[in-house]
Amino acid sequence: MEKLLEIKDLYANVGEKEILKGLNLTINKGEVHVVMGPNGAGKSTLANVIFNNPAYTKVSGSVEFEGENINDLSVDKIAKKGVFMSFQSPEEIPGISTFNFLKFAKGKITDKPVKVFEFKKQVEGFTEELNMNPKLIERNLNVGFSGGEKKKNEILQMLALNPKLAILDETDSGLDVDAIKTVSKGIEMYKNDENAVLIITHNTRILKHLKVDFVHVLVDGRIVKTGMGELATEIEENGYKEYNA
Amino acid sequence: MAKTQVEDINRNIYDIKNEDEYAFKMQKGLNREVVLEISKQKNDPDWMRELRLKALEVYNSLELPTWGPDLSELHMDDIATYVKPKSKLNTSWDDVPEEIKKTFDTLGIPEAEKKSLAGVGAQYDSEVVYHSMKEDLLKQGVVYLDMESAVREYPDLVKEHFMKCVPVNDHKFVALHAAVWSGGSFVYVPKGVKVDIPLQSYFRLNSPESGQFEHTLIIVDEGASLHFIEGCSAPKYNKVNLHAGCVELYVKDNAYLRYSTIENWSKNMMNLNTKKAIVGKNAQIDWVTGSFGSKISMLYPMSILNGEGAKTEYTGITFAGKGQNLDTGFKVIHNAPNTSSVVNSKSISKEGGSCTYRALVRVAERAKNAKCSVSCESLMLDDISRSDTIPVNDIQTDEVEFSHEAKIGKISDKEIFYLMSRGLSEEDARAMIVRGFAYPISKELPVEYAVEMNNLINMELEGSIG
Repeated sequence: MEKLLEIKDLYANVGEKEILKGLNLTINKGEVHVVMGPNGAGKSTLANVIFNNPAYTKVSGSVEFEGENINDLSVDKIAKKGVFMSFQSPEEIPGISTFNFLKFAKGKITDKPVKVFEFKKQVEGFTEELNMNPKLIERNLNVGFSGGEKKKNEILQMLALNPKLAILDETDSGLDVDAIKTVSKGIEMYKNDENAVLIITHNTRILKHLKVDFVHVLVDGRIVKTGMGELATEIEENGYKEYNA
Repeated sequence: MAKTQVEDINRNIYDIKNEDEYAFKMQKGLNREVVLEISKQKNDPDWMRELRLKALEVYNSLELPTWGPDLSELHMDDIATYVKPKSKLNTSWDDVPEEIKKTFDTLGIPEAEKKSLAGVGAQYDSEVVYHSMKEDLLKQGVVYLDMESAVREYPDLVKEHFMKCVPVNDHKFVALHAAVWSGGSFVYVPKGVKVDIPLQSYFRLNSPESGQFEHTLIIVDEGASLHFIEGCSAPKYNKVNLHAGCVELYVKDNAYLRYSTIENWSKNMMNLNTKKAIVGKNAQIDWVTGSFGSKISMLYPMSILNGEGAKTEYTGITFAGKGQNLDTGFKVIHNAPNTSSVVNSKSISKEGGSCTYRALVRVAERAKNAKCSVSCESLMLDDISRSDTIPVNDIQTDEVEFSHEAKIGKISDKEIFYLMSRGLSEEDARAMIVRGFAYPISKELPVEYAVEMNNLINMELEGSIG
């Protein structure tokens, strides 16, 4: 199995506050991982630290992507390596249409000129699969989008940019049942043997619609248990109480 | 004289300067002989010569403004007030001297004329070198001329309106303008005539240590409509140049005028420009303004809503970089009932640049049911830049709806992180956010100018990271 992401003994802070306290995680190509945990456990921090968000500080440990240490790479360089993150609250950017933004980003990530007609067809195909209003991609990036539309737009970007590793940070939160199904469908469409998905969530709803390889329980900055899909069911029934001690 | 510090930014096409060739360049400084010489060169009628001389007296009697940016670097003794280019007024670009034509070609003026304009005027230094308008507008009685021709050909119309909207004693630089004005455009749109395609005048100041004092006079008669575009630029010199233009707009009852401007002066320019509009019953004036260049700008377009139900909208953006102090804003006088004004102002400052929004809203007692809404937003790209908002509200009736909203902000790290996570460099991400901030303004501009504005933003942001 080929390693895609390997996090070793990672300690990270927000300001002075310790959030991650010795986290280990390995993701291979072709796998779908879920990290679950109560609020404040460090779930979103994990996503941000992988991406080297300057608002977070790595204290020690390492993040490797395809065998290369990416601890100190800038955010855009990490994106160009093939890492993608779906945001919990995507930013609204006026003045550029969603499609033009995607085209621009695609060009930056692939470092090649984008074949506009072909790319447009492809993106339009994705919007259809995701039950998105086709006019949405002509509107300014996320501006005035509903919560559900923003989340779907993140999945659309994932499909269009086609990364090697997609990190989905609370993509399922705040969505109704139909939207969760659609988002799951998007993930299924994206998934293949060469890439991987890391889903970060605090509830188990999305897991009903997705085939998951590993479930990790994150409590107090550390992964305290790893199991298969049934671990999610167990947590749904019992919550995180037993790990809090 | 004191050398002005000018930042070395590549302003590409705007900085291409031609040799300072001219047919006549007035001796530097300002006195009665200089004014008389300009008047003679212009072949002024008596009333205009008298007006110039009176204005000179007013100029000498007025002090420099004691508020706003520091103007002490401006020495009138070092400024040539009149520079006559080596060209007569032409109606075909083929007749414009090569060197001058090349400048306007580079700025895209003849191209824009073919594609999207109903008429074009082009001024080089102190004189209009090209003026032309589409045949069908001519047939409908629309007049679009350089100002000097208008003084000769429409003496009554000009005399009735010239320096009446902006009085000579308004402030020192208006008086200066009136004394030495040269060039500019005159537009008359007859009653009921709708001019669907814009007219555009472009003002280019090539000569160093000189002033440009063009006069724009537009009369949109009852029920008529017009979109007028004004573009300004100059190459960079390391000495002070002065721009003290004057724009007088008359929007008669039920008429509509949209006045769009992109001022992209070089950073040695003192831009002390005055623009006013008098608006009649149920008439409307919309201002769209982008202020980019200049070392110092003091520019406050004013709408005087004299007719019942008159309306005005002001949409403006100001971008100040290193060494720039841009003091801009909008003034509105509600003089009649049911008048309304909407102001949407944005400013961007970086590398120590300073933007001030200085505004006046006056609602007279008789202006019952006036409505006024003002929104000012500023974006500061770093910690050393400045942004100030100085509104003056003088409201003399209770029967008024008035709102003022001001926001000062910075680019959020979250936005940068979001865009960079999609593969954009920090520079790309910042430029995208700034363009987005400017978008509500740029979408109001004619498309070539919106593109120009985005290019200017990109140019300004290049290399400003790190």
